[in-house]
Amino acid sequence: MLHLGLLALLLAGHFFLPAYHHGNLARIMVLASYAMGYNLLFGYTGLLSLGHALFFAAGMYGMGMGVQHLGLGAGAGLILGIASGAVVSALVAVLALRTIGVGFMIVTLMFAQAGFLTILHFGEWTRGDEGFVLAQAGRILWGVDLSTPGARYLAALVLFAACLLITLALVRAPFGRVLVAIRENAERVQMLGYDTQAHKFAAMVASGTMAAAAGAVYGMLFGYVGATFASVQYSILPLLWVLLGGAGTVLGPFIGTLFMFYLIDLSSGVTTAYMLIAGVALVVLTLFAPQGIMGEARRRLWRGLP
Amino acid sequence: MTKTTAKPALTRRAALSTLAAGTAAASLPMWARYAHAQSAAPIRLGFQQHRTGIGAAYGRWYGRTVEAAVAKINAEGGINGRPVEIVAEDDGTDPKRGAEVVEKFATQHGVDVAFGPLFSHVVIGSAPRAGELKLPYFVVSEGTHVSSGMLNRYTLQPGITDVKSQVMSMAPFITGTLGKKVTMIFPDYGFGYDHRDNLAPAIEAHGGTVLEKIAIPPTETSFTRYFPRIPRDTEVLYHVMVGPAVLTFVKELGEFFGGQGPALFGFIDSLEAVAIDSPGLEFLEGSYFWEGMCRHEQPDQSEYETAYRAAVGVNERGASLADPRDVSTYGHMFGCWETLHIIKAGMEAAGYAGPQHRAALIEAVEAMDEIPEGPGHPQGAKRFNGRTHQVFGHQNISRVEGGRLNRVHRTTIEDTLYPDMVDYTQQPF
Repeated sequence: MLHLGLLALLLAGHFFLPAYHHGNLARIMVLASYAMGYNLLFGYTGLLSLGHALFFAAGMYGMGMGVQHLGLGAGAGLILGIASGAVVSALVAVLALRTIGVGFMIVTLMFAQAGFLTILHFGEWTRGDEGFVLAQAGRILWGVDLSTPGARYLAALVLFAACLLITLALVRAPFGRVLVAIRENAERVQMLGYDTQAHKFAAMVASGTMAAAAGAVYGMLFGYVGATFASVQYSILPLLWVLLGGAGTVLGPFIGTLFMFYLIDLSSGVTTAYMLIAGVALVVLTLFAPQGIMGEARRRLWRGLP
Repeated sequence: MTKTTAKPALTRRAALSTLAAGTAAASLPMWARYAHAQSAAPIRLGFQQHRTGIGAAYGRWYGRTVEAAVAKINAEGGINGRPVEIVAEDDGTDPKRGAEVVEKFATQHGVDVAFGPLFSHVVIGSAPRAGELKLPYFVVSEGTHVSSGMLNRYTLQPGITDVKSQVMSMAPFITGTLGKKVTMIFPDYGFGYDHRDNLAPAIEAHGGTVLEKIAIPPTETSFTRYFPRIPRDTEVLYHVMVGPAVLTFVKELGEFFGGQGPALFGFIDSLEAVAIDSPGLEFLEGSYFWEGMCRHEQPDQSEYETAYRAAVGVNERGASLADPRDVSTYGHMFGCWETLHIIKAGMEAAGYAGPQHRAALIEAVEAMDEIPEGPGHPQGAKRFNGRTHQVFGHQNISRVEGGRLNRVHRTTIEDTLYPDMVDYTQQPF
């Protein structure tokens, strides 16, 4: 109910938001989809990845290279982007899931760095750190020009709604319950007869694919594909958004992304040390609301919040 | 500013002011109100500034140059009689934030035009949004992305030349004066590729050969193991390393050759905001650098440049008057000064009164051709190509002598020209 309410509110926002916030929210919804993908692995399964930029970039470049070099249309480009995310995350999962804890963090970080350097290495096709502007023809989906403000907002909303509902369905299903159980006590789950490795693998692929979908849509809606999005910064950001909003809550990633976006937007108008302000906000939140904003809401207001 | 555009501008302005003056007193109150509103509200320019991130040193000096240029323009009566106001936003030298800043300019601040980014990835990431929002976007980036046709009709680069023309125009001097056998060392990413792809054909066209192209990964911190790959018969070593590693690079290179090596030729981009007499840079003595504008005062410095130095607040060595250790990005930052003067000239030629005249502003800038040297263009005369939205100008080559950069060659504008790769004027607004 709450989730449908948020979607309805966002849809209403399309009609009454001023142009600037309308544009921002389109961006935030796509980034929040990325954060939701991240949350699936970190918040629900308890696996802290430092390499999700690799999956985001896999989606973005899968889509971008398809449109730019293979001449695909927007639909086929998006599918290629999402598929590349699924393949890359499956490959990384096979290798990275052999480790746990800090090892997992380091391995995912290394893979993401390798991915980043690969993009730079094939600069002739990827245009490296400069990136490239997506051809206008590749931004028209079923006759709708995704570079217009209205279409962009609604496309972002469709992605966001899809990710939200998928996450909701996943975490309510037995599959999601097992993931939470793995987070709480993996050995006990194993003893109960569940295949924890298979569940972790599935969670990582779902998480990576969702991140890739966000990457592909981001590239398409904003018309730019560049290696910056594969850099380590974009692996850290979803972690921050999820921590701020509340790990292991369905709405947390959206709240965290929204909060962080406007925090940086407003504070960068005041000082160049806006990352310091963001850092202080994070420290304060960790001290006083260690479960994040939605986590705190769950603790105080509604214990059953998914 | 230009001869071709100044004439119609003056006549139109003269006509407007006559109209406004005449009609204010007479029977057309609408015109009078329009003229009044036009003269009162400031023209707002959105300055996309690299205040933080990897471009911060450039951003700081771009900021000081912009401040000085706006003070000058306002002291001279502003644009179309309206004062100029700068709305600066930090883009963190990041393409995602850059695009957000452009959106903020267009939809929240409601600026008339945006300008100012240097780093190519920020320009390429932001330009599509500027085009979609129909916001004129004047970049000061020296990337070839504008003239390559990758961007759009709303993106222009009238204040600084692009790297392709800079590199090409170095070739005649290199082969003619330094030697015909060239080895290149460059960073293994976009900036390095611009040099790799443009220098080799130009060197060959001038009777030289590029013996070896050594790409160095951006993560490298020590370079000694690459030096044995430099062929022994190399006469000129062309290097364009950038970032913090450049000091190590220069030092190791000097130790490797021990003063017996080939002639060195580099781009000042490596050493912008770094004092040329810093410890460790002694090995650069006698080597050559490209400079967009000569950091150290030359004996034949024009009166325009003298005034420009004073206005921005840099001394004869290109460092801040307030703190001589604070070295400027002198070889590039003139681009902001000149861009703002182009915006002024364009707006006056177009009779710019508000966002409804943005297309007219772009057409006015596209119509510019020869731009004479002057107070607004202290780096020298320029030639703007309206089809490719790119300006062309003189390039300088300086030699390091006793801790000073002395100019030894200045190219002609013709040396820097290349065939058009796009015609933006064919794109609709």
